[in-house]
Amino acid sequence: MGEMDTLKKEADGLKAQIEAGRKAVNDTTMATLASGVAAAPRVQLKNRKTLKGHLAKIYGLHWSADNRHMVSASQDGKLLIWDTYTGNKVYAVPLKSSWVMSCSMAPSGNLVASGGLDNMCTIANIKGASPKTLRELDAHEGYLSHSRFLNDSEILTASGDTTCCLWDLETGKQKVIYKSHVGDCMCLAVSPDQNTFISGACDSSAKLWDIRDGGCKQTFIGHTSDINAIAFYPSGTAVITGSDDCTLKMYDLRADQEVNGYQDAALNAGVTSVSLSSSGRLIFAGYDNFNCNIWDSLKAEKVGVLSGHDNRVSCIGVPDDGLGVCTGSWDSFLKIWN
Amino acid sequence: MSSKMQSSNNIAHARRTVQQLRIEASIERIKVSKASADLMHYCGEHAKYDPLLMGIPASENPFKDKKPCTIL
Repeated sequence: MGEMDTLKKEADGLKAQIEAGRKAVNDTTMATLASGVAAAPRVQLKNRKTLKGHLAKIYGLHWSADNRHMVSASQDGKLLIWDTYTGNKVYAVPLKSSWVMSCSMAPSGNLVASGGLDNMCTIANIKGASPKTLRELDAHEGYLSHSRFLNDSEILTASGDTTCCLWDLETGKQKVIYKSHVGDCMCLAVSPDQNTFISGACDSSAKLWDIRDGGCKQTFIGHTSDINAIAFYPSGTAVITGSDDCTLKMYDLRADQEVNGYQDAALNAGVTSVSLSSSGRLIFAGYDNFNCNIWDSLKAEKVGVLSGHDNRVSCIGVPDDGLGVCTGSWDSFLKIWN
Repeated sequence: MSSKMQSSNNIAHARRTVQQLRIEASIERIKVSKASADLMHYCGEHAKYDPLLMGIPASENPFKDKKPCTIL
């Protein structure tokens, strides 16, 4: 037998071993256990604010750690930083490339990042007299789909080149490259303790990574199409994924498998974005069909809907204090609900 | 790329795949019942502090537009 055949046989054997290991601990379903839990209240959130200012599709939004400011990115070629309490625009950052796919704000509030089809992650300092480009992180060989700051000197990026990367902002160089996905990386989320992060990709899998050593610790399968959105459960022990297969899934990290699924036969729109309420009980999921559905994360039932956008909901976020949820859409508006 | 280089790339890729699968096969897993119970417990403990579950009084809602009051 050639080496390729031996390796293939070993890989198949290991996959079977993993499946058997997961099955061995699969002694019940969360749906069964949660049947005894009181239903979440029927959630009726009102649109409190509509932020108007972008002139084209919005592709990303990210709340500041101060729970009040927010950055949004649009293919009108701008990042806008908003004061969500007043609805006013505080800064506008012009982008060199208007083909932006994501944006993020550093926990300090000093820096914002953006990137997209230019394959770069551009870091701007927004705390001077006017926004100034600090760094252009240029090494990915595919589009930049997502980014998240760890602090003012480190940022994680996800790319269409199938890798994720940790960058040193002092030098502008790659510190760690995370290689294992075999499809475009579409999203990432950092664990509450900042030791690990999770990525979702077009290979239909989600992967858990050790931030510092670059190793892939776990791979979660089950989706049948691209994973567009991913979020950590606030406990840090589970992740929620949203996919083009029109479903969301909850994977528990310690059981190493899917423990709950969120789907509806009537829903045939892909999930574009996901965010959770502060206790983790409510999942806010944006879909291609212009709506945002609210799911009870334990009972896997739909408990509400946010409708009001005239086009795809492309991004969603809940601030750290949990006081509201913001949806961003291809209709060029951001809406805040609570 | 010569076919020899291509096949050695394929072998390198296959070796990495097997190495990765070995790591993933060796982890310790807890029972789904325990994992689910812990997640449900977390939710229960934090529900009372979750504004979107509990509702937000108008006076404490930073996003609610303050309407001016007219004294008649």
